[in-house]
Amino acid sequence: MISVRAAGEAGQGVESSSAGFAKAMMRSGFHVFVLLDYHSRIRGGHNFATVRISTEPLWSHSEPVHILLALDEEAIPRHLSQIVPGGAIIYDENHQVNPETLGGDILAVPAPIIRIAREVGGKELMANTVAFAIAAGLMELPLEPIEGIIQENFRKKGSAVVASNLRVSRVAYEWARENYARRIPFHLTPRAMPGRMLMNGNEAFALGALLGGCKFVAGYPMTPGSPVLEWMAAHAARYGVVAMQVEDEIAALNMAVGAAYAGVRAMTTTSGGGFSLMVEALGLAGMTETPVVIYEAQRPGPSTGMATRTEQGDLLFVLHASQGEFPRIVLAPGTIEQAFETGWRAFNLAERYQCPVIVLSDHYLATSLRDVTQEALGLEKLEIDRGKLLSEAQLDALPEREYKRYAFTEDGISPRAVPGHPKGVYTVMSDEHDEMGHITEDPVNRRLMMEKRMRKLKLALNEMRPPSLYGPEEAEITFVGWGSTYGPLREAVDRLNAGGVKANMVHIVDVWPFPAEAVKNILSRARRLIAVENNYSGQMADLIRMMTGIEIKERILKYDGRPLSPEFIMKGV
Amino acid sequence: MGDVRDFYVPIRPTWCTGCGNFGIWNALKQALAQLDLKPHQVAVISGIGCGSKLPDYTYVNGFMGLHGRTLPLATGVKMANHELVVICTHGDGDAYAEGLGHMMHAARRNIGIVDIVQDNRVYGLTKGQFSPTSERGRISKTSPWGSIELPVNPLLVALAAGATFVARSWSGDVDHLTWLITEAIKHRGYALIDVLQPCVTFNRAQAYDFYRPRVYKLEEDPHYDPTNLNLAFQKAQEWDDRIPIGIFYRTEERPAYEEMMPALAFGPLVKQPLGQFSEEQIQKLMAEFV
Ligand SMILES: Cc1ncc(C[n+]2csc(CCOP(=O)(O)OP(=O)(O)O)c2C)c(N)n1
Ligand code: SF4
Repeated sequence: MISVRAAGEAGQGVESSSAGFAKAMMRSGFHVFVLLDYHSRIRGGHNFATVRISTEPLWSHSEPVHILLALDEEAIPRHLSQIVPGGAIIYDENHQVNPETLGGDILAVPAPIIRIAREVGGKELMANTVAFAIAAGLMELPLEPIEGIIQENFRKKGSAVVASNLRVSRVAYEWARENYARRIPFHLTPRAMPGRMLMNGNEAFALGALLGGCKFVAGYPMTPGSPVLEWMAAHAARYGVVAMQVEDEIAALNMAVGAAYAGVRAMTTTSGGGFSLMVEALGLAGMTETPVVIYEAQRPGPSTGMATRTEQGDLLFVLHASQGEFPRIVLAPGTIEQAFETGWRAFNLAERYQCPVIVLSDHYLATSLRDVTQEALGLEKLEIDRGKLLSEAQLDALPEREYKRYAFTEDGISPRAVPGHPKGVYTVMSDEHDEMGHITEDPVNRRLMMEKRMRKLKLALNEMRPPSLYGPEEAEITFVGWGSTYGPLREAVDRLNAGGVKANMVHIVDVWPFPAEAVKNILSRARRLIAVENNYSGQMADLIRMMTGIEIKERILKYDGRPLSPEFIMKGV
Repeated sequence: MGDVRDFYVPIRPTWCTGCGNFGIWNALKQALAQLDLKPHQVAVISGIGCGSKLPDYTYVNGFMGLHGRTLPLATGVKMANHELVVICTHGDGDAYAEGLGHMMHAARRNIGIVDIVQDNRVYGLTKGQFSPTSERGRISKTSPWGSIELPVNPLLVALAAGATFVARSWSGDVDHLTWLITEAIKHRGYALIDVLQPCVTFNRAQAYDFYRPRVYKLEEDPHYDPTNLNLAFQKAQEWDDRIPIGIFYRTEERPAYEEMMPALAFGPLVKQPLGQFSEEQIQKLMAEFV
């Protein structure tokens, strides 16, 4: 396993070239995981991306770096402490670096990065292409997949750009192989690994939503949720989706509610700040029993917080947001595969229970790239279930003017008609209403209507996936996590067990209605519980106490805006 | 010609006797009947306020949403099913206070929605506070020394935002309003009808006796050209002893938002197949990640 980190100023293309490099590595037969670390600014500021490459499946990033591509002088002092003994630092020959300060066990590679970019390519901008080609040469990895990516990525810019980038990478690659390859201990042997895809949580969710029949998305850009809106917009015309960037988040969710009421699968995408503005419309969806999906990719708060950083600080907020009480479903996918599945499953749940579904993602899941197989996405499981939506024939059979949109039913779910049919005319109210939908403040009706709505949660609870257990059944330590911490936790568990400490993890993915019985069962078997969360207070641990009475006293919490790493978890034990 | 009784529901409005909303309600039903529209072909979307209760009293597809958010809600409905005639009915507080921004964006988009604003220049449902269209100096519970704000001129705002149909009527002339609503429904794109609506409980100073002698119809002025934007801007500023009503501005040249949305070229979203993608389409999507 090798971690290659590219670090430099914003605007140097660290993000896109790392993604390209990772894809090339994936095509070379390796598993990859890409962690992005960037500032909320377009130019300036120190950005880096770490591409982890392995012959074993990867679930998270990890802290040690084997090869650092220092694209500016600042990169070395910033990342030096994370470079492992025997690691290498590739930097430009003209940068002011005293190799002795790097420590004796780190290989200094002063490379003609800028020179090759300028002289061979004609543009300094190609420095990152040069640097990654040098890294490949150093590890003696094949260059062809990198060349393939260059051809794909630069095709739009014309054949001249493609050709110069290819030339540059070839020269850089050969330079590194001739001069340094023998001096680095990390070499990976690829295995054939066909049919893999590289995607992040945002893309996986968007893909799942599209295939799951999402027809309408409205949003207002906010990192890290907006790439979902962008992805849908890019595919909208070809796949029959209306994707709208609208005036604000208030409009966005109200529009989604309107579209869902009118009969299409509708969603909005945002982050915590935007969700704050949506809170009133969330209640509207609850009161009117309108199925909508809200994709909330968390970033640190409060307020504008840290735009390009990660946190799991909105759990209790989304659970309680909006006045009054109404059913909602909250899902927190932890992996790319789960993000994809949530994409379509959220709509099924929303329509089956006629209520808002909130998908709680975060910057870490949303932006980190990982390789997955198409099989692992589970396309064959994908189904579209519209719940109690009246068909044309059922509508035809309704009596004249007697359709009860909010009919009291045993399971709390009333058959839903899409407006447009002569027998299915009704009014929807944000006020309390009777079975027909008309305003009423009658106390008996209110009680029955509240019970009808809340009854749905009981049924929905049956569909909530119980927490998963990973690791040996019997363990000294049981970690409890949720959402995107799945990967780092899983890796920490593996490493602890490999080192002789028996550990396992309980991971919660379906958050609300809370699968209390299942959580209770699984946690009461544990010897030592440690909650692991990407927030200050341990919100899930508090929720578990509220719902099960089980108190998890030990907590490993990270709230510096950066994701939990396996190393951080292990250190906290 | 349809029947007004098609839209009847056996619920008595909670409006005060003499409220201008009765006129707007009647005009709307008459307009729908005149255009031979059936209840299921129409969606009336409202917010919160006295006038916003209108969908509850009318047999149509109705949705009473949130205060100030009527237009976004209606926009979603229109995008999902643009074959529905989508009509907003909401008060001036709803439309021009919390909803003013949304109005400008709806106008800018030129989405095919008829926006009827029940402009009683006061907050009715919350019992008489001044509203965005109240004149300066209006004394109310929240402006005991008289409001010190300049009123919004909704017609000017709509024109400035690029609205393609800007009109005013008053609820004392149901025939005029009926006609305006039919014209607005026939219009492609966003159509604002600001309706001067007497609130006999909280704004007696601007009730029927105030408007009746003052209003005059633009249609009766042979020199008025509603396709002339500059003229419309001028006319929209007239508010004194004489108050113009009618179509201030109208152009059919700009396509409606829904006509420009690529995904709607295949018909209303709600009628398009759901998630039925060919294996080829799916593999093409997957290939983006390989
Ligand atoms: C978000 C929100 N804020 C405030 C209210 C309280 N409220 C209800 S109606 C209304 C104003 C009503 O005035 P207008 O829209 O002009 O309608 P009218 O009652 O005069 O017809 C207000 C402030 C509310 N329902 N929701
Ligand atoms: S308070 Fe005014 S607007 Fe409300 S119902 Fe009474 S008269 Fe009509």
